[in-house]
Amino acid sequence: MATITTEAVQQTVTDALVSFGAEPSEIAMDTELTALDIDSLDLAEMSQIVDDEYGVSLKSTDVTTIKTVGDIIELIVSKA
Amino acid sequence: MSKPTPNGTRPEDGCALVTGASKGIGAACAQALAADGWSVGVHFGNDADGAQATVDAITKAGGRAFAITGDVGHPDSADAIFSALEAELGTVLALVNNAGIRDDGLAMQLSDDAFDRVLQTNLSGAFRLTRRALGPMVRKRYGRIVNVASIVGPRANAGQANYAASKAGLIGLTRTVAAEVARRGVTVNAVAPGFIATDMTADIPQDQLGAIPARRPGRPEEVAACVAFLASDAAAYVTGTTLTVDGGLSA
Repeated sequence: MATITTEAVQQTVTDALVSFGAEPSEIAMDTELTALDIDSLDLAEMSQIVDDEYGVSLKSTDVTTIKTVGDIIELIVSKA
Repeated sequence: MSKPTPNGTRPEDGCALVTGASKGIGAACAQALAADGWSVGVHFGNDADGAQATVDAITKAGGRAFAITGDVGHPDSADAIFSALEAELGTVLALVNNAGIRDDGLAMQLSDDAFDRVLQTNLSGAFRLTRRALGPMVRKRYGRIVNVASIVGPRANAGQANYAASKAGLIGLTRTVAAEVARRGVTVNAVAPGFIATDMTADIPQDQLGAIPARRPGRPEEVAACVAFLASDAAAYVTGTTLTVDGGLSA
């Protein structure tokens, strides 16, 4: 299992967002997920990825408060 | 814009899981999928000998299979079954929710236990296995889930309110889950068998066969052929639907 650093999580989240179809150039900490066309299924898959890579389990209720790319990273790091 | 749905070519490292595959429709499904090149987890509830016979038939035909047990009505079983199968055969990329029971009686006399037990196994069990299957399927951008429903559900069958509720529920589950995961290359469909000659229908009076336009009961292999199609790459654009296989009974 990978060590949790903000940089590592940032990379994991960016890679995942790109795999969901987001434009790499549009991904910044303050980018809203809706602007990247990221929806609930994408976030459910993100939860799977985070669980596999870091053993951090995100609940569907955690995920509902997320608005920006930075929010996801912060949430994952805070749960580590 | 999200990426378009993947084109639906099966990855080589996955396997199939068929629940209730010790006999009847499930055994036929396991063999049909094995014939299509799937490694198959042959799940059984109680009948270890039956499951072994299914595994032996697959192995003899040149396929690969592994018998695995668990009570699908129990909340902890889905993870146990999947974890064991993942270790043995790899990621489950095709799931056939076939395990089912019946416990008949007129609704006005049906006990809570008979109602709950049938719903737990036939519907809740299928849901929990589906939920466990979806994560890896979504990440692989490929998955095939086939729920074995029944024409009882969409249609009435006096004496089977519990069974009918479970099977109608399975069809509803099929449609909504299909809509949720379609763009990840995961399809979710149901088959709705009519009167199929298995142990489960052995006690049904033969005079009812006259109501079937085909004038005969179906064979498990005829249901399995539909399941194998829905699990194939060719069915990549078929999702959320129910394929009826009933000799015209509900036509």
